[in-house]
Amino acid sequence: MNELLKVSPSPHVYSRESSPRLMYGVVIALMPAQLAMIWFFGWAAIIVTAISVTSTVIFEYLIQKFLFKQTPSIKDGSAIVTGLLLAFCLPVNLPAGLIILGALVAIGIGKLTFGGLGNNPFNPALVGRVFLFLSFPVQMTTWPVPNGFKTSFTDATTGATPLSILNENYDKIPIDQLMTDQTFNMPGYRDIFWGNMGGSAGEIAAFALIAGLAYLLIRKIISWHIPASILVTVLLFTGILWLANPGNNADPLYHLMTGGLLLGAIFMATDYVTSPMSAKGMVIYGIGIGVLTVLIRRFGAYPEGIQFAILIMNAVTPLINIYIKPSRFGEEVKHV
Amino acid sequence: MLKTFPKGGVHPSENKITAGTAIEVLPLPKQVIIPLSQHIGAPAKPVVAKGDKVKTGQVIASSQGFVSANIHSSVSGKVLKIDKAINSSGYKQVSVIINVEDDEWLDTIDRTGKLKTEIVLTGEEIVKKCAENGIVGMGGATFPTHIKLTVPPGKKCDVLIINGVECEPYLTSDHRIMIEKGREMLTGTRILMKALGVSKGMIGIESNKPDAIAHLNSIASGFEGITVHPLKVKYPQGGEKQLIKALTNREVPSGKLPVDVGAVVHNVGTAYAVYEAVQLNKPLIERVVTVTGKDIEKPGNMLVRIGTPLRSVVDAAGGVPENTGKIVNGGPMMGKAINSLDVPVTKGTSGVILFSVDESKRKATNPCIRCGKCVSVCPLGLEPYLLMTLTEKEFYDRVEKEKVMDCIECGSCSYICPADRPLLDYIRLGKSETGKRIRERKQK
Repeated sequence: MNELLKVSPSPHVYSRESSPRLMYGVVIALMPAQLAMIWFFGWAAIIVTAISVTSTVIFEYLIQKFLFKQTPSIKDGSAIVTGLLLAFCLPVNLPAGLIILGALVAIGIGKLTFGGLGNNPFNPALVGRVFLFLSFPVQMTTWPVPNGFKTSFTDATTGATPLSILNENYDKIPIDQLMTDQTFNMPGYRDIFWGNMGGSAGEIAAFALIAGLAYLLIRKIISWHIPASILVTVLLFTGILWLANPGNNADPLYHLMTGGLLLGAIFMATDYVTSPMSAKGMVIYGIGIGVLTVLIRRFGAYPEGIQFAILIMNAVTPLINIYIKPSRFGEEVKHV
Repeated sequence: MLKTFPKGGVHPSENKITAGTAIEVLPLPKQVIIPLSQHIGAPAKPVVAKGDKVKTGQVIASSQGFVSANIHSSVSGKVLKIDKAINSSGYKQVSVIINVEDDEWLDTIDRTGKLKTEIVLTGEEIVKKCAENGIVGMGGATFPTHIKLTVPPGKKCDVLIINGVECEPYLTSDHRIMIEKGREMLTGTRILMKALGVSKGMIGIESNKPDAIAHLNSIASGFEGITVHPLKVKYPQGGEKQLIKALTNREVPSGKLPVDVGAVVHNVGTAYAVYEAVQLNKPLIERVVTVTGKDIEKPGNMLVRIGTPLRSVVDAAGGVPENTGKIVNGGPMMGKAINSLDVPVTKGTSGVILFSVDESKRKATNPCIRCGKCVSVCPLGLEPYLLMTLTEKEFYDRVEKEKVMDCIECGSCSYICPADRPLLDYIRLGKSETGKRIRERKQK
């Protein structure tokens, strides 16, 4: 009997959590938004997601197997998450070739060149998206009007997201006029909450993304620190701008629910690998993303800033990990 | 809202299978193996020789130096030999091996079984009694109790905390003592309070033991100054620093002792042993051990003589199940896996857990996904992932700067890690290397 006994250091029991479980948890959390996407864009949504996810998984498999001669790790689910997130931030009428190219950049350059899961400094899906955005700006800013399975791709409108309309008209046309003038066709609060507006495939339905956030928090896949600090920072910053000059700034709630902010704050910025490890670090990272996002949205050349904000703060993450330490137990002497 | 410590912590499945099982007296074994080092500090020096007849309760090895404790014979019989025998860490260690004959106790021990709540001895006499009777901390650390009762000059202690948390899954020995020996345990608490000269005694119990909380609450009014405090279930609340924080909101500074914030913590089992030592003049020769596991036939709590081989204890619970893969001496979070049931029960043995082959498999290590869960569960606010990486790379200067010596080895980081990384294994290595470097520096 003695030979059969295992001897190992403590602890002898482990939690049920595993990397694949966490990754598939994120996949589940993305499902409400995926369904909303199908509701708004019909087949196109299904096709974009299918192409993106298949490509990321296949590229990861091929590169690991034949280029790096490693055992492929596609079962851990991280490539699926990257594929889904990439699909979520593309316009649904993007040509298939570009989606595949984006997936190759995301997995090949964004993730595997650095050594695969756990070693990439930047969020792979965002690397893919930003590559496409900068290389193919016209295709990446042409949005079809959501119309379910009847969505027509021939009358896609160019650049007509609420944020891009705002970006073009800041300091030219007062906000009140923008919102009410039929020529601009700005969506109201109800539309932006349910997702009835121009935008990338998965970013438009605020309610579905919030449902995903609730799932992530309940399953304890992520903590509240990153999404909360980003959203609160954006609310405060845009709130200050709005209060200072209400005629020329959209109100905070409008900022919160338009563009890729919720998708970015809930699913992109919280990517384990590229965000800080400690709660304090996470809050600083979140504030950084919030401030940069608003700066780019309001004062930059691009209508949406969350993608660049996240990538910039990804780059700052190693510094945050080095300099921002969690508060140690017994650091401050407390004696009641 | 129930109190708890604020930073970190995990909640493993409790698996308190034996919580409702009354303490049973284990029949005497044929032979006992009594190690001479069952406490932190210098091993005791044997005062008996091969062939000597000994009585139950007789001193067989005397305390050596300041931090050390007396060892008593837990049985009557004949000393077979003084030889090296395997201990729970897998090392061979000098032990007194006694063949059991009858059960003849020393006359000085009160065995009438009557409850004695009146405390007649003075503080100094109490400390002396604890030292004579070989009392050590019974929660697992086995630090000699009489030293903890001597408040160092220049320091002041104002509260005694009794640790009834039992945050380790599976274990229930303290739970049963609180229910079955509540009055004795509370008397022991009063004795400890008298020795320390404090008027406040706080008993911390996790809320998963409502029967113990209710019972102690109902009898605590008869014991001046003692209050019972239910705590939220969270591991490692039984850690000294965590318990003090949960109950008094005082934080023991890094590298300091509880007494530096005016608190002294003793375990429920220790309080009961102190009662027996001071009121009944009974040395520490037996303790309650939880024998448990999901497949074991008759899991239970047993009153076992020190030195009894674990084999006898497990046999009394129905023997080793067929598919056993690992046997742990202590709790599943901090206990030691043993490779033989010949290991004896010692003063620090709170339980023995038998895990099936499936439960004892360690999973393959995967790459760190930097989820930060180890950081968020660390009750000391350390960064386990960083300590592991720095230790792997042998950057010991940085390991020390990152406060590796604060680690209490609770195992929460390894428990939670979704990539199954052996965080605590590496941190232990980092700690031992850092400890070596600190000692070398001091010598220079």
